[in-house]
Amino acid sequence: MSAGAPAAVGRHDPFLEAQFDDAVQQREAATLGMWVFLATEILFFGVLFASYTVGRVLHPEGFAAGSRRLDMLLGTIETAVLLTSSCLIALGVRALRLEQRARCCGLLLATAALGLSFLALHGFEYYREYGEHLVPGIDFLQTGPAARTMELFFCLYYFITGFHSLHVLVGVLVIAVLTVRVWRGAFGPRHYTTLELAALYWHLVDIVWIFVYPLLYLVGRAG
Amino acid sequence: MLLPEASSIAPRIDALFWSMTLLCAAVAVAVFVALIVYAVRYRRGSNADRRGRLNQDLAVELTWILVPFALFVAAFIWSLTIFTFAHTPPADARTVYVIARQWMWKVEHPEGQREINTLHVPLGMPVRLAMTSQDVIHSFYVPAFRLKQDVLPGRYTQLWFVPTRLGSFPLLCAQYCGLDHASMGGEIIVMPPAGFARWLAGHAGAGSLAARGAQLFRSHGCSGCHDPKSAIHAPDLTGLYGTTVHLADGRTVVADERYLHDCIVLPAGQLVAGYPPVMPSFSGQLSEEELLALIAYIKSLAAAGPSRGAP
Amino acid sequence: MSTLESAAVPRSFLAHGHRLGAWLTTLDHKRIAILYGLGITFFFVLGGAAATLIRLNLITPDGALLSAETYNKAFTFHGVIMVWFFLIPSIPATLGNFLIPLMIGARDVAFPRLNLTSWYLYMTGGLFTVAALLAGGVDTGWTFYVPFSTLFSSSQVLLAVIGVFVSGFSSILTGLNFIVTIHSLRTPGMSWYRLPLFVWAMYAVSLVMVLATPVLAMTLALIGLERGLGVGIFDPALGGDPLLFQHLFWFYSHPAVYIMILPAMGVVSEIIACFARRRVFGYRFMTYSMLAIAVIGFLVWGHHMFVSGQSVYASLVFSLLSFVVAVPSAIKVFNWTATLRKGDITFEAPMLYALGFVGLFMLGGLTGLMLAAPALDIPLHDTYFVIAHFHYVMVGGSVMAYLGGIHFWWPKLTGKRYPESWARFAAILMFFGFNLTFFPQYILGYEGMPRRYHAYLPAFQPLNVLSSGGASILAIAYLLPLGYLLWSLRHGAAAGDNPWGARGLEWQTSSPPPQENFTHPPQVREAYDYEAPPP
Repeated sequence: MSAGAPAAVGRHDPFLEAQFDDAVQQREAATLGMWVFLATEILFFGVLFASYTVGRVLHPEGFAAGSRRLDMLLGTIETAVLLTSSCLIALGVRALRLEQRARCCGLLLATAALGLSFLALHGFEYYREYGEHLVPGIDFLQTGPAARTMELFFCLYYFITGFHSLHVLVGVLVIAVLTVRVWRGAFGPRHYTTLELAALYWHLVDIVWIFVYPLLYLVGRAG
Repeated sequence: MLLPEASSIAPRIDALFWSMTLLCAAVAVAVFVALIVYAVRYRRGSNADRRGRLNQDLAVELTWILVPFALFVAAFIWSLTIFTFAHTPPADARTVYVIARQWMWKVEHPEGQREINTLHVPLGMPVRLAMTSQDVIHSFYVPAFRLKQDVLPGRYTQLWFVPTRLGSFPLLCAQYCGLDHASMGGEIIVMPPAGFARWLAGHAGAGSLAARGAQLFRSHGCSGCHDPKSAIHAPDLTGLYGTTVHLADGRTVVADERYLHDCIVLPAGQLVAGYPPVMPSFSGQLSEEELLALIAYIKSLAAAGPSRGAP
Repeated sequence: MSTLESAAVPRSFLAHGHRLGAWLTTLDHKRIAILYGLGITFFFVLGGAAATLIRLNLITPDGALLSAETYNKAFTFHGVIMVWFFLIPSIPATLGNFLIPLMIGARDVAFPRLNLTSWYLYMTGGLFTVAALLAGGVDTGWTFYVPFSTLFSSSQVLLAVIGVFVSGFSSILTGLNFIVTIHSLRTPGMSWYRLPLFVWAMYAVSLVMVLATPVLAMTLALIGLERGLGVGIFDPALGGDPLLFQHLFWFYSHPAVYIMILPAMGVVSEIIACFARRRVFGYRFMTYSMLAIAVIGFLVWGHHMFVSGQSVYASLVFSLLSFVVAVPSAIKVFNWTATLRKGDITFEAPMLYALGFVGLFMLGGLTGLMLAAPALDIPLHDTYFVIAHFHYVMVGGSVMAYLGGIHFWWPKLTGKRYPESWARFAAILMFFGFNLTFFPQYILGYEGMPRRYHAYLPAFQPLNVLSSGGASILAIAYLLPLGYLLWSLRHGAAAGDNPWGARGLEWQTSSPPPQENFTHPPQVREAYDYEAPPP
């Protein structure tokens, strides 16, 4: 990157920002930036996974008891929903690369819709858990020897799924905004880095759930 | 104002402290001298010989990596021996219980004597403190002993020592615990063994800790299940303390104070293999002092069979 | 002096828009650096005011000046402000932001909008923290240990935690920006091993900022949730573990101290190279040691927990690793010393600060070695020995390096020269004031004075009075630069492009630089090429 190069030379590219020399450099910088950001997200969720692990090792009975109260059917459906949405957004990026703008928008909208369905399903789970007095701090009435550590499990359950759902919501909003921009032609077959990076973020949100689901829903189900 | 060495481990800790201080001081002086000598000799305008500048030298770099590292490892090993010694109480140590709370220290001798903010101990005999907190984290710190141990809610931590000097030594709380953290002090009073025995006799409370525990054992219905003649199949507590227990989830644990404490307040986490998970939790129903009394009682079941409450 | 033709000096970046709006919406990394500098100075004054209260109170053993409650809030505020709102951003956000693009020959950082966002996050976090103060203060200590902070404190924990949480994202985004900038925007010819050590330091610190800070963010969020909702995972009554909090907290907060020292090390390398007029000794080892500090620094957090109830085995592992992490720091101290050998040394104020850093950082680091031995940590933990140790590295270290850097690059930033005699006097006064303040605290700690005590045993008074006396000298030494640097903005002599005759691309452009940093491509050579004349 040559500083001091006159700003006008070779800068017909409307997508090119002033601090970059060429589109390749800009794309590489943006991609590296997104990967670094994803690393921070992994550490962010890592704290919750570490806390969960500690709790599960110290109180296996309570955690198993709590896990059995979660709705495994809904959890499984949610997993399928997110996995599908990841596939759809990948196809959407590909569609844009093939200059199929309408198809891309459709796929993006479908991804966002699936994201919203995930949130709705999970909201419904929360609603059911509230009805069963499984919400620490608001309404938690469980009895039995494992009641206390079950409360600990549910604290972690709400924190983990709550932060995850927040990330899903942000993802849905980003995809919605990008859908509009794709429709308006803001991206081209060679300039879609933003969309690609948004898809990366969505894949991360999906991968986090891939860990959340077995850790929370599938404990103590075998045998 | 030199701090007295009043425990058996204090001289060992001081020896390491002063050795490291000397070593660090030597390094510091060497570097300071080098800095000053170079600054003076090579200041602008001096006629020192500046030919043959070296910008790197692998041999020199490796030397000042490996030599410090070797010294560090030596310090680490020396510290390791003292640290593991500090965490290995002798089997015949006298156990005294400490309950910390905002902002005082409550001491319970096994014979039943209670103290607030003071701890009487006999000279030359090992004492082991089993400590817990009623509220936040505190820290039991006796500078003259060179010893300190954080005291936590919900579990027991331990600290052991052999007092080697008579007298009274300050006890301080060393983990910030709120408003009157700085006032949470006291003293350790080291007495000759005979004097200590007289003190114990003169301050006898209403029965030993274990006796109080036996009363609680009955009044809270523990004997309803844990009595060998009970219809409920519950683990026999005779000789339990200090043995290895096999839990239902496959883990094995040693039945120490923490295990017993957790069994009473969080039984679901300590289900014993082969027994039904029916023990209720007594969390919130028993104070820390009562829990200690129960634990002391269960420990007393080691030698003879179930005691009927005699001190 | 660069080879500019006799055309007019390029328009300084300071001249592009004078209105407040131009500054608050700027995307220029140099202006953002100044915005940070103003914020940092403001918070330093706040934190210093809290320190003044503390040292005044500790003149008498009964601590009668402040109530216990006020004192507890004072040391908490001092810690929170100084750690998160001064030390962590200081060098990276001001000097790093200003210098990285210049040093690598770029026009700006990779993500200028993100850069401005980082500043707003920093200021918003600060706003919340000051709000916590105004709403009554926080009394948990900057370490927020549970269960005191979650279940027992009746102070503004939630507000304070939100403030730090928000400012944490400023750290993360700055680190992200620096990593991408250094990877992607180096000018042709500027290979990794030609980079100034300051850039290497910024890269290493960015790795730590990016990977450690998210852990703090989530840990604080858990505290906030526990306070806000009344339920959480650290409550012993539910089977929660207060030690889990300590592990999570120190997993960030230990690397955080390397966030505070690595940039200082970068600054000191630049200054010593310039004023000894030679390449830093062992350039490659200097780069490896900074990366080693960044990486190994993630593995030593348990040395804050030797007496916490952590297992003996864990303590021994953390102890060994803590000794290991001291090795690269030792390498650096020896290499800086060796850089002076056969140099051509002058003693301008930046050099005085840098030499002061080497000595004081070394003393702080050596006492850190003593604390790394668990057997010694048993008596010394939570005493004034620890306070002295970390103030030696953070204040004798980081703050002196920060001031040295501000002086060194002041001409480049402002186009003005500061008054050299005043600056030298302030540096020397600071060195003496600092030692008088903090050396007695080593003794107090060994003698058994615990930290966070608003009143203490009367035998400790003489050393406390000495320390408070030193603090008043230190305060004057900090106020002096504030005064004469501001004075120099109006009355200082004009600085040329390269008043120090230093090497580095930033000295190949005008002082202050134009908005786009360079009017023609800078000449890239080996780092610290003092053998040859300046380009």
